[in-house]
Amino acid sequence: MTTSTSLIYLIALPLAGAAILLLGGRRTNKWGHLLGTAMSASSFGVGLYQLMLMLDRPTEQRPITQKLFEWIHVGDFQVDAGLLLDQLSICFVLLITGVGTLIHIYSISYMSEDKDRRRFFAYLNLFIAAMLLLVLGDSYLSLYVGWEGVGLASYLLIGFWNQKPAYATASKKAFVMNRVGDMGLSFAIMIAFATMGTVSFVGVQEQVNNTSEAALTAMGIMLLVAAAGKSAQFPLQAWLGDAMAGPTPVSALIHAATMVTAGVYLITRSNFVFDAAPTAQLVVVIVGAITLMFGAVIGTAKDDIKKALAASTMSQIGYMTLAAGLGPVGYAFAIMHLLTHGFFKAGMFLGAGSVMHGMNDEVNMRKYGALRKFMPITFVTFGLGYLAILGVPPFAGFYSKDLIIETAFDAGGAKGIILGITTLIGASITAFYMTRVMILTFTGTKRWDDDAHPHESPWLMWLPMAILAIGSVSSGYLLSRGDALENWLHPLFNHSDEYQKHLIEPIVVSAMALTMVSIGVAIAYFKYARREVPSVAPEDVSIFTKVARQDLMQDRFNEAVFMRPGQALTTTLVAADEAVVDGAVRGVGQVAMGSGSALRGLQNGYVRSYAAMILVGAIALIGAIWVVVQ
Amino acid sequence: MDASNYLYISALLFTIGAVGVVVRRNAIVVFMCIELMLNAANLSFVTFSRINGNLDGQVMAFFTMVVAACEVVVGLAIIVTIYRSRRSASVDDASLLKR
Repeated sequence: MTTSTSLIYLIALPLAGAAILLLGGRRTNKWGHLLGTAMSASSFGVGLYQLMLMLDRPTEQRPITQKLFEWIHVGDFQVDAGLLLDQLSICFVLLITGVGTLIHIYSISYMSEDKDRRRFFAYLNLFIAAMLLLVLGDSYLSLYVGWEGVGLASYLLIGFWNQKPAYATASKKAFVMNRVGDMGLSFAIMIAFATMGTVSFVGVQEQVNNTSEAALTAMGIMLLVAAAGKSAQFPLQAWLGDAMAGPTPVSALIHAATMVTAGVYLITRSNFVFDAAPTAQLVVVIVGAITLMFGAVIGTAKDDIKKALAASTMSQIGYMTLAAGLGPVGYAFAIMHLLTHGFFKAGMFLGAGSVMHGMNDEVNMRKYGALRKFMPITFVTFGLGYLAILGVPPFAGFYSKDLIIETAFDAGGAKGIILGITTLIGASITAFYMTRVMILTFTGTKRWDDDAHPHESPWLMWLPMAILAIGSVSSGYLLSRGDALENWLHPLFNHSDEYQKHLIEPIVVSAMALTMVSIGVAIAYFKYARREVPSVAPEDVSIFTKVARQDLMQDRFNEAVFMRPGQALTTTLVAADEAVVDGAVRGVGQVAMGSGSALRGLQNGYVRSYAAMILVGAIALIGAIWVVVQ
Repeated sequence: MDASNYLYISALLFTIGAVGVVVRRNAIVVFMCIELMLNAANLSFVTFSRINGNLDGQVMAFFTMVVAACEVVVGLAIIVTIYRSRRSASVDDASLLKR
């Protein structure tokens, strides 16, 4: 494999930015945001340059590596800290740095009133560096470092306004739930080390054939747990909604476009493991299908615009996970949906931020309405993202989502039918809740309070939105034209040679998808556009709505199943600790003290009594010797 | 004369000394009783030397005398000092160390 010496700059530039801004303190306040943006942009530049170089090389020489240093060297076991840039990583590098740079630019204006803007940019740069390490690491261990790094950055940014206790709690919740997933990743690494003796991607791929299927299945399930934690997949999904406590650019970058897709990256990167472990693959598909419905249902009931979008993110990542679980045919489609989703969801989050910016940070959509006239640019860019997520041709989602639905049907048999119908219903619900967001926010009559003065955002904010909107429109077509992305990623995946015929013609699938989407849009239209929308959420709603409003009881479930038994266990352990361990320790002390105070009476300070004691002792000793000798 | 009579006297002297140490309060008297016990031990040493027909016991008696002389010097100095500071030679008064 070709080696390179310049990959490190991709990570080093934003990392240096973060270091300068964090260590420089207040001195860097004036130009901190510019430095942060410049670092992210130059990293994007390096990424583009690497793409040019990669395009010039023949296919088999495209992946390049860079060895940084010898990390762990114990006996036969050796791990080098190394970077690997191949066709898969470059997609992520460009997405992370590209969308990241746009969001840096957006944040300059969005955060301009915040006195901690420099710290915000420092964290953003830290996130970019960690995320790049995640996708560039050449072993599970390097990936793990980046994985923890993005978890830290996410924690810091969700709790960026930690003066509000609810926000600080949200960041803790995200951190703890991610920790559960991280346990899965560390178990997967341990399994790889124990059964294969290596943790590098190349090494594991070589060893897959010599490893038992049971070990691979265990490793696959553990990788899935990790992916579920990071990507907010069932059953570790509950943190994403609360993560919206962070500033909106963070929601766009970390909790929509990049970090939450790390789980999909992990599954795709470990394709050799999953290809050899069909059971694990099936579990991936099931988790994806459950999450895509779960997120979609929650999305229908949320009045908070950011939480509705977060539920939608969860659902769309469910699509990606499902595709990634469908084996070699699905990986490329998962990545394609990931890229297009990166564009349109980031764009819509920035649009939501723009609306909030103009509405005194109000997030309740029932207090919006008729904003189209006041925020035309936001309306247009958000609308393009809306058309993209719906999958209306020729927007981006049409290409990526239809491919996933096709692949789901192609799985064949009952599995294919169940998955296909699930993805179709998911698409319909997606259309419903996104139309609801559009109608509540931009059309109808005004429902906001008199002190709100909605206005269009400054150009620093709408320019990134416009660029992302262009991506929402064109990326699907560009990536799927002549199967561009599929061919690009082809060498990485283990394809079976025979040509797979579609079970259902793509055109039929598209027609079905569009029909379902139209039904969803129509229901939303009749429910929200043709009727007056109350500005306070009605209470007399069906049980289903009530449950959906509470995130389908996910928190209650976690509290009942994990939190309360956990608390009971810790209470018991504390009691046991106090009674047994502390009791033993204190008992020893009390025995010593008691016997001490009893014996203290002998130390009365009178020389004569000491002398008497010596005398008695001597007599006793002599008596004892006498008895023994006799 | 039977040598064991000396041993009886030695035991008697030692007992008188030991009882004196335990029951008397005056430091000087206690001190004299200690001397009595030392000398009882000396008498035993010398008697055993005589019984066994060698000089080991005599040598040990000399050592005891040297130690007793030193002890008298130090002990009397302490008793005089205590008497000067406390106006009392009672050993029961000098009980501050228990606190």
